[in-house]
Amino acid sequence: MRLTLVSCVTVFLAKSCFILYVKQEEERVDQGKDCAVRMKGITKRFGHFTALQEVDLEVQKGTIHAILGENGAGKSTLMNVLYGLYQAEEGSIEVKGKRVNIKNPNVAIGLGIGMVHQHFMLVENFTVAQNIILGQEVTNRFGVISMAKAKEQIEEMVKKYGLHVDPDAKIEEISVGMQQRVEILKALYRGAEILILDEPTAVLTPQEIQELIHIMHNLTKDGKTIIIITHKLKEIKESADICTIIRRGRYIDSVKVSDVTEEELANKMVGHAVKLVIQKEKAEPKEVVFEINDLVVENERKLEAVKKLNLKVRKGEIVGIAGIDGNGQKELIEAITCLTKVKSGSIKMNHEEIQNTSPENVIRNKIATIHEDRQKRGLVLNFTVAENTILETYKKNEFSKKGFLNKEAVLKHTKQLIKEYDVRPEDCENQLVRGLSGGNQQKVIIGREIANEPDLLIAVQPTRGLDVGAIEYVHKMLVRERDKGKAVLLISLELDEVMNVADTIAVIYDGKIVQSFEQGTVDEQTIGLLMAGGNKNGQIK
Amino acid sequence: MDRLNKILKKQITATFIAIFFGFLVATVILAVAGYNPFEAFAVLFKGIFSRPKYMANVIIKATPIILTGVSVAFAFKVGLFNIGAEGQFIIGTVAAAMAGILLDLPAVLQFPLLILIGMAAGALYGAIIGFLKAKYGIHEVITGIMLNWIAFYFCNYIVNTHTFHQDNSTGSKNIREAGFDIIYNWKKSAGGKSFLKENPTLMEIIGKTDLNIGIIFAIAAAIIITIVLNKTTKGFQLRAVGFNKDAAEFAGINIKKNMIHAMLIAGALSGLAGALMVTGISHKLSTLGTFENYGFNGLSISLIATNSPIGCIFAGLLFAGLLYGGGSIQSEIGAPSEIINIMIGTIVFFVALSRFIPVLVDKYGRRGGKHVK
Repeated sequence: MRLTLVSCVTVFLAKSCFILYVKQEEERVDQGKDCAVRMKGITKRFGHFTALQEVDLEVQKGTIHAILGENGAGKSTLMNVLYGLYQAEEGSIEVKGKRVNIKNPNVAIGLGIGMVHQHFMLVENFTVAQNIILGQEVTNRFGVISMAKAKEQIEEMVKKYGLHVDPDAKIEEISVGMQQRVEILKALYRGAEILILDEPTAVLTPQEIQELIHIMHNLTKDGKTIIIITHKLKEIKESADICTIIRRGRYIDSVKVSDVTEEELANKMVGHAVKLVIQKEKAEPKEVVFEINDLVVENERKLEAVKKLNLKVRKGEIVGIAGIDGNGQKELIEAITCLTKVKSGSIKMNHEEIQNTSPENVIRNKIATIHEDRQKRGLVLNFTVAENTILETYKKNEFSKKGFLNKEAVLKHTKQLIKEYDVRPEDCENQLVRGLSGGNQQKVIIGREIANEPDLLIAVQPTRGLDVGAIEYVHKMLVRERDKGKAVLLISLELDEVMNVADTIAVIYDGKIVQSFEQGTVDEQTIGLLMAGGNKNGQIK
Repeated sequence: MDRLNKILKKQITATFIAIFFGFLVATVILAVAGYNPFEAFAVLFKGIFSRPKYMANVIIKATPIILTGVSVAFAFKVGLFNIGAEGQFIIGTVAAAMAGILLDLPAVLQFPLLILIGMAAGALYGAIIGFLKAKYGIHEVITGIMLNWIAFYFCNYIVNTHTFHQDNSTGSKNIREAGFDIIYNWKKSAGGKSFLKENPTLMEIIGKTDLNIGIIFAIAAAIIITIVLNKTTKGFQLRAVGFNKDAAEFAGINIKKNMIHAMLIAGALSGLAGALMVTGISHKLSTLGTFENYGFNGLSISLIATNSPIGCIFAGLLFAGLLYGGGSIQSEIGAPSEIINIMIGTIVFFVALSRFIPVLVDKYGRRGGKHVK
């Protein structure tokens, strides 16, 4: 009896000792493995443009790590470096504690990194199961694909993570949310431990977003690591553990999401980078020239992106629309410029309704637009500077007679414009606009649009990608137009720009103008909060 | 060094280099096959230049392919790939032949009317492609190829209908003589006959060949298209749509209308080539066993001319010269005339490759510059 007791105690002691030892051992291993990804001093340049400058990133295993930043801040570039699509010029990458050189996506996949791109890469007329196993087919011993086996494996993953999809459905027949799950399954099937999701919610409905967040939590419970690229603060708050903020290619901060408010995140993202103070008199607004009433516009997915938006712009003032990307700005612009159809509501210019007409009619109604994408919408890159300056006005008697272009008049006009707007190089009228720098390209556009003598000048992200000198110039031009008595509408994702340039600041959130302020009557914090969906009293809805 | 770089960067230099390579490859192949390449080339050039008649035949052969070449080049300039030139050409021949058989007007009206009808038919046929692209976004290569086959079988159908079929033949009836080419009608007239008798050289060039006024149409078309593209507002719109339709749309240019117009014009050019074929050379339709390649050759010509309408004139003459002169390689020294096809293929291949020459010049030119410093 005693003997058994003693032996029991010894066995127990030995067991606990062993367990303790094992636990310690596990911890030691965990410390090494704790950090799923460590990127240090990553610098990536495209030609003369520095997309990333010494960016650091540390992602803990089993967490959801958000990367927050404005469009063009460099967050996708950073992830593409991690996934091996781009090679960084400087910096090092460690995956699971080991220094690695990710030359191409195959290396990344081998390291257990999976990426779901914003635009899905699926074969439309293949089934879900076929897409998932594509490139990693399960075969029997004769080299024939064994779909039954593949489906079994897929069903297992589906059950484990709650990624409900029908393996036999064709991609073209299922919803976008489902397609995204297929992409996630595809990555998991390839053994991904670290999953990068690039703007995963951009294409989803609110309900699908909730489901996705649920799936992400399921995945991290199983020890997977998720990196999500986004600029939607609400979703970060709901899903992420840690958030790294990037602005203009630079690392800003890494914060524990539970410790910060959405407002703080918004401020960090939008930043107070360069304080540009614009010299201008107080605005003297006159009558309303441009008016939007109860405007409803659907996005590509037939979801309402602009929801009963109201806006007025008066002569002699700059109205700035501040907001985080994806709150209906894109759809609003496309509706005003008649690139997309309006579902309901009206857009009036000088009391004439212009919605659902044509871009030509918009220009005829004296609206000039500086589009945010100057290379796609603003310029014909393979045209000369001269040709670009008459892109909208070539039909005017000044530039053509009886269908023949008057080249001399066009050149004369262009030379004048080049001089007035200080486009460089000086004698570039016969050069392709492709060869000009971004700032000079923008000057060509601004010169062209202002030469049209519009009553309303719309500038969308007019300083995107420009250097400080060019930014200042663009702002000066906007103020000059205002002083001439024109109405100016500025839509920008950079809060500083709106705060500095605009006389009236309107905040857009979720497809609506939530509130308008006169310049100087409001601080950045209030605006930041409203941009993030809070109300004036400081509460987030 | 700089000047050399500049010359090398010019497209025309690249084209000549490509032609040189074409001959080089032909030389190697001929040598390997056991023929004397220089003898072969001598025969080739003799076959083109030794007699005025031969040169006239080259011009005759060049006419339709210059026009289809301009058609393709024009479409390229506005961002469309007109592989349907073949079908537009066939429809042009069919419409001109049908009208030529059915209508009975004085020659002053008949001939220009046939040309116009052929052009109009080709234009409408091309516009279908433009319309389908503008309205439903169907790629012009798909519709172009399909419409080629429709034109092909439509031609064979028309040839075999009672109204048009010539008994005991595989072709249609001849069109009425009033619709024949002006030069043809002149040389058959009493005045023309006596004039040619007194001028043996002209007799050889005109009397013994099918030389027709088509080449004037072809050259005029190339010039007009160049002017339209570069000097008119229409051309400005078309090029803007071709280079960047998003920016064109944003600037208020109607991109759908311009796509249709572009294909309308391209179709008219190919249709014109077809009409000239009927009035000037064939005078009737034949049952088609396979495509005659007038449209497809237009693609090669446009490529060799790097989509310059004026360049198409020279590329067309080169192409026709090689094809025509190539025939004598076989008859004189027994080398297969396919060598000519290899040469043409090589030239097209190297012209296509020549887009890289400026890139290479940039790369190595700069490197060389650094050494100098």
